[in-house]
Amino acid sequence: MAKMTMVQAINLALTQEMEKDDSVVVLGEDVGVDGGVFRVTDGLIGKFGPERVIDTPLAESGIAGISIGMAVYGLKPVCEMQFSGFDYLAFHQMESHAARLRWRSQGRFRVPMVMRAPYGGGVRALEHHSESREAYWAHTPGLKMVIPSSPRNARALLVSAIRDPDPVVFYEPKAVYRAFREEVPEAEETIPIGRSQLVREGRDVTLISYGATMHPVLEAASLLKERDGVEAEVIDLLTVSPLDDSLFTQSVKKTGRAVLVHEAPRSFGPGAEIVARLVEKSFLYLEAPIARVTGFDVIIPLYQREREYMPGTERILRAARETLSF
Amino acid sequence: MPRKEIELPYRVEYLSILNENAEVDKSLEPNIPESLLVKLYRAMVLSRKFDERMLILQRQGRIGTFAPIKGQEAQVGAVALLEPEDWLVPSFREMPAEVWRGKKLEKVLLLYGGYNEGGRTPDDLNNLPVSIPVGTQTLHAVGLAYGIKYRKGKNVAMAFFGDGATSEGDFHEALNFASVFQVPAVFICQNNHWAISLPRARQSHSKTLAQKALAYDMPGLQVDGNDVLAVYAAAKEAVDRARAGGGPSFIESVTYRLSMHTTADDPKKYRREEDVEQWARRDPIIRFEKYLLGRGLLSEESVAGIADEVQAEIKEAEERWTRMTEKPADPMEMFDHAYEELPPYLLEQKEQLRRELDAKQTEAN
Repeated sequence: MAKMTMVQAINLALTQEMEKDDSVVVLGEDVGVDGGVFRVTDGLIGKFGPERVIDTPLAESGIAGISIGMAVYGLKPVCEMQFSGFDYLAFHQMESHAARLRWRSQGRFRVPMVMRAPYGGGVRALEHHSESREAYWAHTPGLKMVIPSSPRNARALLVSAIRDPDPVVFYEPKAVYRAFREEVPEAEETIPIGRSQLVREGRDVTLISYGATMHPVLEAASLLKERDGVEAEVIDLLTVSPLDDSLFTQSVKKTGRAVLVHEAPRSFGPGAEIVARLVEKSFLYLEAPIARVTGFDVIIPLYQREREYMPGTERILRAARETLSF
Repeated sequence: MPRKEIELPYRVEYLSILNENAEVDKSLEPNIPESLLVKLYRAMVLSRKFDERMLILQRQGRIGTFAPIKGQEAQVGAVALLEPEDWLVPSFREMPAEVWRGKKLEKVLLLYGGYNEGGRTPDDLNNLPVSIPVGTQTLHAVGLAYGIKYRKGKNVAMAFFGDGATSEGDFHEALNFASVFQVPAVFICQNNHWAISLPRARQSHSKTLAQKALAYDMPGLQVDGNDVLAVYAAAKEAVDRARAGGGPSFIESVTYRLSMHTTADDPKKYRREEDVEQWARRDPIIRFEKYLLGRGLLSEESVAGIADEVQAEIKEAEERWTRMTEKPADPMEMFDHAYEELPPYLLEQKEQLRRELDAKQTEAN
């Protein structure tokens, strides 16, 4: 096992899948010669050549559209949107075709493609480079929406996404790209899509999140233990859609209290869906209203005000305490 | 330093072989086997008659909205160049091309009659389903063609779209990608002069649509889209070029939408009958029939025979379709093919519908 960053872990997943299966191709802006603006695809073009690691013209809808054609043909395209804030251009192709061709053709055609994009804030970026719109993809029947939180699960989930027979949108938390290193096994490892993970066992309150906010959530869990003697149970969704509610509904039946955390704006965000499932399935066990600690319903501010927008450890701690003292 | 003219490859030419008076340019007459010529004629007659029948069925409420193809039957000249393993990427006004390639008439009726089953393509037929979002499918053809090239195949992907599609961004992205990657794609624009109510002159300020290809360093040819011989010849050139590794081509097929945009449209609101009549005189079937009669490949008897055959074929398809749709559609099937494997929460929803339907059934009994 080697310790590596999320960038390196994703690179490992791509390299190994491309070695294993020559139908896997990578395409996007600057992914080839430049190795990706975050260097995620660094070295791939040297190993696999420009026909398999494709530097495309600057056209997101085009990238998504040709990926659909490639996938129908029988390739396994892993396309990149340079930043999730530019994937809106690809949305039409993904919603109108990628998500529908299996259904439209009644199973004759499939679209086993992956669309990867760095998402989320916390890196002092320009406008459009800190977006968190996973809800748009989660709300699209026919697509899957996956968001890793650490190097090891990023690698394992991406392998599953590439092998998935249906289109997967894979958002990579850019704030985590180089934030820390984790042991990632060289040997192949996968995590099934559609399964959430228990990250910390507890009794008193359930904290649910995904992506970059898993880290302030885990910090808040530590502080709750240290300062308040509270044992928080922490769940990492890993897949936003299809949403696995079995783990968190069971957890809240045990704890009676839940705090949901995401960067995405509050209204109509993934948290709202989690609340709905908890009400559907764990209603009688709730001891307090379900708290959402999220971004606000505004465009994420430029970096002088970004910290107060993001759901950080303090806000999560406060929400957990309020839930516990209800 | 005086300005220097930059030489650009390609110019736009117009190709017409069999004109509206059924006069043929012998020097351009393509070498099409006689059996294929008759097959093309029959396909055009079938398309016209089936389209007319579909309109009647729609007005009777037996099928829903669809886009009539009247006037655009010569599109079969292009797909006649395709091998079974080539790909057809249609928009929504390519019933003649789809049927030529093997789509069953009853499948067309199923689709427009509101059955998802109509979208199912047989495993040995490389036709993408009908694509409604205008111009978007051009990118799929590029992806397919990239796959063909990647696997070192000799097949081609042929995309169809209208004049309106040439205003959409995806169309431009598709031509750009196709030419940068030099993929075996053929882009066929059916310029039928109307995008619902917008006439061609207001869709683009360009003199031709074919010239748009030149911006992408792609050959662009304008053809008389009501001349099946010209459509065939142009498509042959493009398909041969693609198979030989010469990259993509663009064909602007100048035709006319003799009928309405869809059955929900009333063209009288935005165009004059006189203009339609003018184009009706350029009917692709009339001139082709005259040509084949002139060559002795058709006779008055065989023309009548084909007309009867075609009506019988349509009638049989309708009967099969009627039998297929005797029982009401099972709403539980709406969950089929959402994913390869339905996720748990979707299975819960399916179960919920099952319970609701059962409860309704119990109440009814």
